Amino acid sequence: MKPISIDRLSISFGPVRVLHDVSFDVAAGECFGLVGESGSGKSTILRCASMLTNIWDGTVRIGDHDVRKMPLAERCRTVQMVFQDPYGSLHPRHSIRTALDEGLRINGFDDREARLAQAMRDVGLPVEFLDRYPHQLSGGQRQRVAIARALILEPDVLFLDEPTSALDVSVQAEVLNLLVRLQKEKGFTYLMVSHDLAVVDHMCDRFAIMQHGRIVEVLDRAAITGGGATQPYAKELIGASLEYERAI
Amino acid sequence: MDPVLDIQRLSIRYPGALAPAVRDVSFTLGRERLGIVGESGSGKSTVGRAIMRLLDTAEITADRMQFEEVDLLNAPEKQMLDVRGKRMSMILQDPKFSLNPIQRCGHQIAEAYRTHVRCSKAEAKARAIAMLEQVHIRDPERVYDLYPHEVSGGMGQRVMIAMMLLTSPDLVIADEPTSALDVTVRLQVLRILDGLVRDKGIGLIMISHDLNLVRAFCDRVLIMYAGRVVETLDARDLDNARHPYSRGLLAAQPRIGGSREPLPVLARQDSWLEPLEADA
Ligand SMILES: Nc1ncnc2c1ncn2[C@@H]1O[C@H](COP(=O)(O)OP(=O)(O)OP(=O)(O)O)[C@@H](O)[C@H]1O
Ligand SMILES: Nc1ncnc2c1ncn2[C@@H]1O[C@H](COP(=O)(O)OP(=O)(O)OP(=O)(O)O)[C@@H](O)[C@H]1O
Ligand SMILES: [Mg+2]
Ligand SMILES: [Mg+2]
Repeated sequence: MKPISIDRLSISFGPVRVLHDVSFDVAAGECFGLVGESGSGKSTILRCASMLTNIWDGTVRIGDHDVRKMPLAERCRTVQMVFQDPYGSLHPRHSIRTALDEGLRINGFDDREARLAQAMRDVGLPVEFLDRYPHQLSGGQRQRVAIARALILEPDVLFLDEPTSALDVSVQAEVLNLLVRLQKEKGFTYLMVSHDLAVVDHMCDRFAIMQHGRIVEVLDRAAITGGGATQPYAKELIGASLEYERAI
Repeated sequence: MDPVLDIQRLSIRYPGALAPAVRDVSFTLGRERLGIVGESGSGKSTVGRAIMRLLDTAEITADRMQFEEVDLLNAPEKQMLDVRGKRMSMILQDPKFSLNPIQRCGHQIAEAYRTHVRCSKAEAKARAIAMLEQVHIRDPERVYDLYPHEVSGGMGQRVMIAMMLLTSPDLVIADEPTSALDVTVRLQVLRILDGLVRDKGIGLIMISHDLNLVRAFCDRVLIMYAGRVVETLDARDLDNARHPYSRGLLAAQPRIGGSREPLPVLARQDSWLEPLEADA
């Protein structure tokens, strides 16, 4: 089990500052949520912390290690990411088998065929779909492939960017149950972006609310129903979500 | 009033697929908001793409597929070029994939406008920026110049919606148009779509897995399972859905303040393939 520690993370694209000194800690084995305004920088935090970009300032530590100093192979086995936009993250001319097997091969896993089949079953997809290409899948099926690809490497930490927002609620239930089970069995630590406070309430122990590249407030799950938010934007977002759930 | 869209017994099979992805789907759409919900892979996007005539390799059969005066089964592609994007638009499920990765977002909106309306480049740019503002993008001038990989998920969705708003279509098919938006922006975008139905009298098909959204926002709902429509109901009656698949869907939804027990999942059964008898 590994904790995550993010300290004064900042990034700019050209003249535009997108993250302003973002700091928070996630305990080992915790599920921590990131919610907030569209464009506020949630995906960017995940992209920085997983070193998809390295032009940021600040420190990100996973376990005892600074992510900047981790060798690539170790980083792959420590942290995996499920992207918000599954089409963008799957190579259009690689079959699902190739997409899933790549990581297993590079990291020297044994029993690859059995692992591939198990990963597909875990996310509720037929094993035959291994031989399909991304364009032959529906949106939700592609998203499940992206989740399978991250889980198959059994990382300590998973960054999940709206992992179920493209899924219907029945498949969402299966994926969320799977994530909870794996967390219990393998002690995964999750950092999960979501727009759905019901999902956050179901999964997370604590969550941060973001606006304009800053963390407005970090709250316990109980603050959603208990009125624990103190900052105006946090109150507004929680209020709007409660209203939305009571059927808009 | 004549329906905007009349679909009777539509079936679709992808090349090489063993079973059809869509079977015998029938519905008509007036100047209303029709929701389509259903399991991942049940054929929702396929229905939308068939109506837009975007499936050139799939085998499509139907008794009738009529959009206003256009016979979608037989209209030549030349006619479709005039219809698609202008009189009927689809907001695709993967916004970033649907945008050209090597062209700036704003430029793509402006160019789309210029294919349908004759105007100067400067005018098209001004229109595009106005549209980005209308979909509540902060800083529309900055976003105009960003490439698709530089915008956030929710911004990408709104770029697609802005593109659709430029022309005045009679039919909009929105495939998960708001799934990447925070609740506040989502409500703002829904208000825009609602305005189109009320003020311009368009027909709107809203494909979504968000049951709260469909219940509150749509007039009627089709529930799809394994390529078929298994239940049709008024959106406000969604909680009283009778089909076991529909009931399973409602139960699987996490709720704020709910228990943290594992969520109920569906135990799928072959008998679910049968539509409910009482449905039209
Ligand atoms: N490569 C880039 N170049 C320029 N701007 C960028 C780049 N990547 C991100 N941004 C900007 O950073 C901001 C934050 O984007 P990010 O994707 O992190 O938002 P988000 O909180 O995930 O939003 P959403 O909920 O809509 O997905 C946006 O304004 C975006 O345009
Ligand atoms: N090009 C293709 N070739 C073969 N099969 C395809 C193709 N495109 C889609 N399919 C299959 O057709 C079925 C219906 O897909 P569709 O995209 O319509 O589902 P959907 O209801 O929109 O699902 P989601 O909610 O996950 O987006 C799926 O099982 C999918 O795997
Ligand atoms: Mg994002
Ligand atoms: Mg779809």
